[in-house]
Amino acid sequence: MMDKDTKDERHASRQGFRADASDAIGSQLKQYYKSVEQEPVPDHLLDLLEKLDQAERSGGSNGKA
Amino acid sequence: MARLETGIDQAANVAGAFSFKREMLAALPSLRAFAVSLSRRHDRADDLVQETVMKAWSKQESFQPGTNMRAWLFTILRNEFYSQMRRKGRELPDPDGLFADNLASHPEQYGKMDLADFKSALDQLPDDQREAIVLIGASGFAYEEAAAIAGVAVGTIKSRVNRARVKLQELLTVSGESDYGPDGTSAPLVNRAFPGR
Repeated sequence: MMDKDTKDERHASRQGFRADASDAIGSQLKQYYKSVEQEPVPDHLLDLLEKLDQAERSGGSNGKA
Repeated sequence: MARLETGIDQAANVAGAFSFKREMLAALPSLRAFAVSLSRRHDRADDLVQETVMKAWSKQESFQPGTNMRAWLFTILRNEFYSQMRRKGRELPDPDGLFADNLASHPEQYGKMDLADFKSALDQLPDDQREAIVLIGASGFAYEEAAAIAGVAVGTIKSRVNRARVKLQELLTVSGESDYGPDGTSAPLVNRAFPGR
């Protein structure tokens, strides 16, 4: 099992992209994406979600699910 | 087909809008990272996310409880991005000042410089390739999910990812050589782009 996985991984890294391959491009891509994910979500987006939620609960027929 | 799921729908709806909102909140950071990757700019990305939140909210009835909320949101955002592109035409983006600022605030971390190089290489990919490699390599979707989000066959996603990867490798190598020459600064980048194994 382990042997097969290791072999597959080596094979895959020669052949092309693998989501979990620890190659340079894959890890830089993940690192880049993560750096954006870790930025605080702007307040106006959080406020928007809050407002949509409140509007739904306080009013419309939509609110009753 | 929908009738079969009535029971499940009702059970999920007891939790109602609260869990919908909570799941959306949980997906926001990743959705936003996808939007920045796709649009290449923070300001445009935040517009996209805002548009996506409003669209998703207005059609939350069409979301199937128990299915992947992230994939659903990513699909909405992706469609919004391409329909904006069709409406506005393609503008060449200015450099993403916000990303650069964020990097500049941590100059002590050498790796951040690599990250700026990486972003500018990623930004040069064709949209469809950039989208594919980000969905698979960073957002954590399976090929089947990424194919559904992009509305293409699994094989198409695979070949886009491969082309993206080849192109990135080229771009990172070229920029490493021409910008800095083969010195101590670029050597780590070149070495990582070509792991000599």
